[in-house]
Amino acid sequence: MKRLVLILVALALTSCSPRGLEPTFIADGAPETLSDWGMIGARGPRLVLAGGVQPYELNTPLFTDYAGKLRTVWMPGGKAATWAADTAFDFPVGTVVTKTFFYRKAADGAVTPADSLSLTETGEGLDLHGIRLVETRVLVRRASGWVAFPYVWNEAQTEARLKRTGAAIPMVLTRSGRTDRFVYQVPNVNQCAGCHATDHAAKALQPIGLKSRHLDREVTLAGARFNQLERLAVVGFLKGLPPAPGRTRGVDWRDGAAPLETRARAWLDINCGHCHSPRGPADTSGLYLDSATPMGPSLGLCKPPVAAGQGTGGFSHGIDPGRPDQSILIFRTGSTDPGAMMPELGRALVHDEGMALLRAWIAAMPPGCR
Amino acid sequence: MGQGWNRALGALTLAGAFALAGCGQVGSAAKPNTTYQETLIQQLIDAKAGDVITIPAGVYAIDRGLSLDVDGVTIRGAGMDKTVLTFKGQAAGAEGLLVNASNFTIEDLAIEDAKGDALKVNEGENIIIRRIRTEWTGGPKTTNGAYGIYPVQVRNLLIEESVAIGASDAGIYVGQSNGVVVRRNRAEFNVAGIEIENTQNADVYDNLATNNTGGILVFNMPNLKVPGFATRVFRNRIVANNTKNFGLKGSAVASVPAGTGVIVNSNDQVEIFDNDIGGNNTANVIISSYFSTGYMTEKGVAATFDPWPEAIFIYENRFTPGGAKPDGLELQALRVALFGVTGSLPDVLWDGYIDVKKFKDGKVDPLLAICVDNGAAQMLNADSPNKNKAPAVMGEGARCRLTPLPAISVAAAGPVPAERRIPSPAKP
Repeated sequence: MKRLVLILVALALTSCSPRGLEPTFIADGAPETLSDWGMIGARGPRLVLAGGVQPYELNTPLFTDYAGKLRTVWMPGGKAATWAADTAFDFPVGTVVTKTFFYRKAADGAVTPADSLSLTETGEGLDLHGIRLVETRVLVRRASGWVAFPYVWNEAQTEARLKRTGAAIPMVLTRSGRTDRFVYQVPNVNQCAGCHATDHAAKALQPIGLKSRHLDREVTLAGARFNQLERLAVVGFLKGLPPAPGRTRGVDWRDGAAPLETRARAWLDINCGHCHSPRGPADTSGLYLDSATPMGPSLGLCKPPVAAGQGTGGFSHGIDPGRPDQSILIFRTGSTDPGAMMPELGRALVHDEGMALLRAWIAAMPPGCR
Repeated sequence: MGQGWNRALGALTLAGAFALAGCGQVGSAAKPNTTYQETLIQQLIDAKAGDVITIPAGVYAIDRGLSLDVDGVTIRGAGMDKTVLTFKGQAAGAEGLLVNASNFTIEDLAIEDAKGDALKVNEGENIIIRRIRTEWTGGPKTTNGAYGIYPVQVRNLLIEESVAIGASDAGIYVGQSNGVVVRRNRAEFNVAGIEIENTQNADVYDNLATNNTGGILVFNMPNLKVPGFATRVFRNRIVANNTKNFGLKGSAVASVPAGTGVIVNSNDQVEIFDNDIGGNNTANVIISSYFSTGYMTEKGVAATFDPWPEAIFIYENRFTPGGAKPDGLELQALRVALFGVTGSLPDVLWDGYIDVKKFKDGKVDPLLAICVDNGAAQMLNADSPNKNKAPAVMGEGARCRLTPLPAISVAAAGPVPAERRIPSPAKP
């Protein structure tokens, strides 16, 4: 029975492409439009996926100013990524990953959060009524390595054009009783490396979300429920996937049934761990927030800052156990001052719900550093 | 001691106390060009090895952090007072310019008023930073960005003839690097003028450090991959570093007393010689341990960290009077108790922390000693481990010599020139 469901899913997702959308690996150059890649495109009032392009979501996603995200991955015929336990999978040349950022429209040109939309609602494409598309980032695995391209959607939401120098888009976000004016930052090509060059010495770009712990998740799509990793294996995009007991599964940071620490660590892992790891650009700080780092000074526990500058907020320890509001971690993730805020890139607003989680986690720690 | 060194500062108002005198840039006068940044970002993205990105004379407004990650690129302006990148309106990015590249040269331009650090080079080798000015133009303020010129985790580094003004942490900060020459620079009105941290093999010479809180710092911080050692500080002019500490609490430099000429903290194999050091109101030289910073905790500091300053050699400096008005009540009390109301702390102040586990035959291992062989200059042991109960001038007890460290070889710098060239201070 399970097998049958998987086959059905596979068929559903490899059906023929919408008009004019043909997934294409472009081996060099900098394609001017998102359409050139043929992965996703606006067709009338819908943003649609080409046949064979697989949508996915993460157990815990990176926060980007409450934007919703539609993520896709595609590989050329017959090629597959190789599963890895902890790192990004080893993807074949030709792999194209996209991530589209969007909001729900509100009155008077404002937007509202869309980050709660799940794959169930986005994975078959987006009904663009009431949706504001902002940008689509393309990460392509070429012979020379991964290359990143940011595309910004036009006002008519018919096409996204390459903007290698990035963009600054003023926005107004409304949510339960509050309104924030902010400038949404589309990263420039060099800034893409700021997060995706997860090994700072090698400088090579890597995908961040496409790891086993982030993808190991049951999702419902087109009426079928399945595990994302197993689906990628079934459609031929992933080889070497071990059975579930052999995999470490990340939690959904919103899952109230999971332990506080696990949820907070998942949030830190995806929001901070790509830089704050023993090989990442932020290893200069001695603060490692990736999932592999055990509790201790390296995770910030009672750790004095090294070169935080304004980022200390006047506090002495990364995590001051039991005292979230004396913790540099809370100060920096809660700041919007470019000289102090963390992450340095990728947000202009504070993730209030994420902060509440981190606060609760630190508040529950036994106090004292001595 | 420790943060007690600065506790007395809390009551004082810093704002406006130090108007910054004549920095002479074209910055404030001309109306900035706002369209050039798009061109510059494009050039930084398209850069290929061997490229020289030339930025003509002018004042350019930049509203987001710039970055470069291609090896072998040179960025060149028309002069540190002619080509000015002003980040006054910066809305995003933790640095003015962030570089992750090797064989990188930047010269002849200014970076003003960055929200975070002005110029950060994070990982790379063969880095040349020459005739660069980093400045916060509103004078010393706690809200200024942290670091002016900030290479970290680099190998083979030359910083020369540059100017760093107004950083709320360090004007010139070299972190976790190996093979470093810092020469002929001017650092003024920063909390730390020049700071060498967790760095191995650094030569710091012919610099002017004045009007900072602390002139030149050689520090080791815990929880990092490598400890620093082997730094030579020589032929510098380190005078009147008496600006009140305007560092944000929690930052390492917030523990530095105003009026510090040179301070070594937890670092090893540091040689301080042939400098002109004077007029620094706490002490011309401080040798201290991480215990004195107030940040030592059992849970938060890796057990592998060595907080003791060892193998420190101070000789043949030309000291002029300092130590007359030390920063903080505890040091003031120490001064008065030992030297009377009109007396001064001696040229060298040591907090007195020592690792007894490394003793040989019940005495300091001579190879790890703190040696002051500098004519009449004296070292005071403040006896901080015993809450300053028995502070004592060490007299001949501190006189010893260590084997001098070799000069550092950085290809771009060549050998240490015979001629001493120290920059002049800013014109008032």
